Amino acid sequence: MRYLPHTPEDVAEMLSQIGVNSVEDLFVEIPEAVMLDRSMDLPEPLAEADLLREMRQLAGQNASVATHRSFLGGGAYNHFSPAAVDQLISRSEFYTAYTPYQPEISQGTLQAIFEFQTLICQLTGMDAANASMYDGASACAEAVLMAMRLTRRSKVLLSKALNPRYRETAATYCRYLGVQLEEIAVDGAGRTDMQDLVAKLDDATAAVVMGYPNYFGVVETLADVAEAAHGAGALLVTAVAEPVALGLLKSPGELGADIVVGDGQSFGLPLSFGGPYVGFFAARQKGLRAMPGRLVGETVDLDGKRGFVLTLATREQHIRREKATSNICSNQGLCALIATVYLSLLGKQGLRELADQNYAKAIYARERIGALEGFSLPFNSPAFNEFVVRCDAGVERLLETLQAQGILAGIPLDTDYPELQDCLLVCVTEQNTRRDIDELVDALAGGVS
Amino acid sequence: MEFPEELKYTEDHEWVLVEEELVTVGISDFAQDALGDVVFVELPEVGTEVVAGKAFGVVESVKAVSDVYAPLSGVVEDVNEELPDTPEMVNTSPYDDGWMIKIRPTDNSDADNLMDTEAYQAHIAEEK
Amino acid sequence: MTQAGTSGLVLNEKLLFEHSEPGRKGYSLPTLDVPEATLPAELCRDEITGFPELSEVDVVRHFTRLSTWNYGVDSGFYPLGSCTMKYNPKVNEVAARMPGLADIHPATPQALTQGALALIYHLQEDLAEMSGFSAVTIQPAAGAQGELAGMLTIRAWHEAQGSTRSKVLIPDTAHGTNPATAALAGYDVVPIASDGVLSLAEVEAHMDDDVAALMVTNPNTLGLFETNIEPICKLVHERGGLVYCDGANFNALMGIARPGDMGIDVMHFNLHKTFSTPHGGGGPGAGPIGVAEHLVPFLPKPLVVRDGEAYRLDDDRPQSFGRLLAFNGNFGVLIRAYAYIRSMGAAGLKRATEMAVLNANYIRARLEDVYDLPYKNRSLHEVVFSDKNLAGGCHTLDVAKRLIDYGYHPPTIYFPLVVKGAIMIEPTETESREILDEFCDAMLVIAQEASDNPDLLHNAPTVPKVRRLDETTAARKPKLKWEG
Repeated sequence: MRYLPHTPEDVAEMLSQIGVNSVEDLFVEIPEAVMLDRSMDLPEPLAEADLLREMRQLAGQNASVATHRSFLGGGAYNHFSPAAVDQLISRSEFYTAYTPYQPEISQGTLQAIFEFQTLICQLTGMDAANASMYDGASACAEAVLMAMRLTRRSKVLLSKALNPRYRETAATYCRYLGVQLEEIAVDGAGRTDMQDLVAKLDDATAAVVMGYPNYFGVVETLADVAEAAHGAGALLVTAVAEPVALGLLKSPGELGADIVVGDGQSFGLPLSFGGPYVGFFAARQKGLRAMPGRLVGETVDLDGKRGFVLTLATREQHIRREKATSNICSNQGLCALIATVYLSLLGKQGLRELADQNYAKAIYARERIGALEGFSLPFNSPAFNEFVVRCDAGVERLLETLQAQGILAGIPLDTDYPELQDCLLVCVTEQNTRRDIDELVDALAGGVS
Repeated sequence: MEFPEELKYTEDHEWVLVEEELVTVGISDFAQDALGDVVFVELPEVGTEVVAGKAFGVVESVKAVSDVYAPLSGVVEDVNEELPDTPEMVNTSPYDDGWMIKIRPTDNSDADNLMDTEAYQAHIAEEK
Repeated sequence: MTQAGTSGLVLNEKLLFEHSEPGRKGYSLPTLDVPEATLPAELCRDEITGFPELSEVDVVRHFTRLSTWNYGVDSGFYPLGSCTMKYNPKVNEVAARMPGLADIHPATPQALTQGALALIYHLQEDLAEMSGFSAVTIQPAAGAQGELAGMLTIRAWHEAQGSTRSKVLIPDTAHGTNPATAALAGYDVVPIASDGVLSLAEVEAHMDDDVAALMVTNPNTLGLFETNIEPICKLVHERGGLVYCDGANFNALMGIARPGDMGIDVMHFNLHKTFSTPHGGGGPGAGPIGVAEHLVPFLPKPLVVRDGEAYRLDDDRPQSFGRLLAFNGNFGVLIRAYAYIRSMGAAGLKRATEMAVLNANYIRARLEDVYDLPYKNRSLHEVVFSDKNLAGGCHTLDVAKRLIDYGYHPPTIYFPLVVKGAIMIEPTETESREILDEFCDAMLVIAQEASDNPDLLHNAPTVPKVRRLDETTAARKPKLKWEG
């Protein structure tokens, strides 16, 4: 086997140095009764060329954004990743390294994480960001738990316009921790209903959790929510599933958010059927020691030279064990590096232009679809690159018809929102050309006629 | 290592200075040495009720964290406001500048159960 | 003999933000082919203060230079105990980047993702066969999330029996994630003592009717097989509890023994350890869990299942404890692990385990006369020494840092907590005898240096880009971002 270097002579000499007769003798501590007395039943091993053939065959059975015109979003976005991103993260000094516990030989990883933390702070308008979480949903769940630690309260209000998967994940994390989770209704504009929010806010409320933009692409009026939450002594947690929007929208920090989480997949990560993505997590300075996850800090070495280390580790599981702020250990380090490289390439102007393009394309698509006979737009509010479309004739057959034409038109909303029967969530990014959009519009029009 | 005679000590390595109305609490020279460079101290607010044997605060070094336990039950009357910004005082001056809280005890006589210097040194020798 | 690391040309590099020049960018957008549109001004932000402005060349040099300050498995030997830093095969990287796998949107209709679902399904089946469990879910993103999935599964099972047990027993050798996870699942943690291996008597003494589960690691973090595991599982079951196994050390068991056969109810796998997927400087990993038959209904949703020839995501799981992530787990990691299993086959995986154990025992044999070995039972895939015998006032940290000067990544140090000054070495199966010999030579030279010239250890490392860093100031006055 090409990954196993020992020759039979090596093995024999090593066994003799150890002082045993056979490899089997090394396993004497394992009771006979639990030893596996047969070979594992696994497929025969493949040579490299055969493996690649099999993988290509599996890959060929999937629709991708390369084989189809895709208008799917809903928490995962089809953006272009410049060639330099994959070239740089493919340097094996990055991807074959371990967690940077030995700072002297991990300065590359550590400085890159420090840069990631800085970029996330700049984007979100927050004071401190960690080195990453698994994804946006689990980061959101961890934010709920942090808000409970900071406020010592146990009721949390989740906007119903927050990504349903984020809500489910938060419910999982809170399941046995005595948390009272309540949902806030959506108003007619597709925003979190302020009246319902105010009615449910009380002095037991730890946090209000909102998407920004929310699941319907709608830009929430965060400042009002922040004011209401703070008035009741609660914190505002903002979840950003599409962070390209932060190139254009006011930062959650500027609008009063206390914890900002989200998913950085949009920043150069492949869609990869849902993962690995990269959760980001940022908070105000006063909450620093209640944060989950790893943090990198700047310091100096014995010669006074600048360097970076993992710091404030006493919050973490390997030191504080059952009293840790989270159980997280491995995070999504390499994915955070992807986002860091991507954002460095885009830079200040590039991110703004990209956000402008996404906004303009979505507006173009939204207006064209909204003007079609049999289609309407239930929410007429400012939205980023996603919007909800109602198809009077229903969505199931329509989607199938379009699929046959190589178009993935959107995500049906009725499973998560029964009240949005016949509605689709349509996403448009810079990857969709005007021609793609026009074809979608024509296909939609043709699909119901 | 110094263990002033005028102080009392607990098994968890706090020192206690018992005075007329209030008792002052900190961690011993042994405790600060075992922890290493202290980087963070978390103390309760004035007015907090503390219970003998229960944690009232936390001291952290770079790679260790330790609860600090109340030697007596009572109410916190004063806390060392300097410590959060200069946690190194716990290392450099554990019995003086590094004090943590002053408690008004519910029952002063509970202090009689604490160890004197000699007993505490024996306790340390045993732990080693 | 031992090759010391040498200092070559180390290029300095500023922070991204310090390189920035107004007007530069490293990205080209297609010309906008739809009418411009403007969001209401009150919603728009001002320009992002401090955000970098760099050309593509700037960015490429920046990260290339940063990479040279790192040490990876591809740079050299990485004997990091409990982390299984084996070689990361390159073909796996190629497979994971195939557009038909890398560019699938997770909301794509399942009829159009049959290849991806088949890959996940077969990976689940292969892991189940290797571990002796009834079902495997690949959803957890890392080992610690796998632990959470496992403990939530256990808790949901107890709930379904009408049981409200509140405690979890955890041996003192456990990874910190075990108690942290138990707490996250709402349990109180009861630490129990082990003397190298866990005794039946110790478990029996704590196993009352409020104990929901025992969390063990097998082989444990001393690299020792838990020889009493079968009777322990039996006892825990008899008293109404379940047994969780931390599978971080599964590299010692492939093809040799199966946790499911030992009576374990749940175990997580670390695909980024045992199954060769790269650590990525801290992640992403993947932490699938396998469970015994009675726990299958409680697994997280969705689960990938097969109906005849078709594969699908099963969301209709009324007894499931819920979901852990927005989508279907770290698929990119799963591809690599699948490619690894398909490359190795049953015999290759068993051979990997055998050679991993051989390598650990070889290192042990070469070092045990010089370095203190606190537990003498036969080691499996890793061996734990202590710094007790070191002269010159040198400690474990000094040995670790001196190893860097010799060109090695240090072992895991000061863990497990039950060994004072622990030096935990896991060589893995992918290292040749020459590498192991050179490493052992370096360890022996360092022990000699400790008595002859201990300052060589105290001042180490001297070769890397930076020397020892001031972690105290970093923690006292945290500086967590660039502020110009």
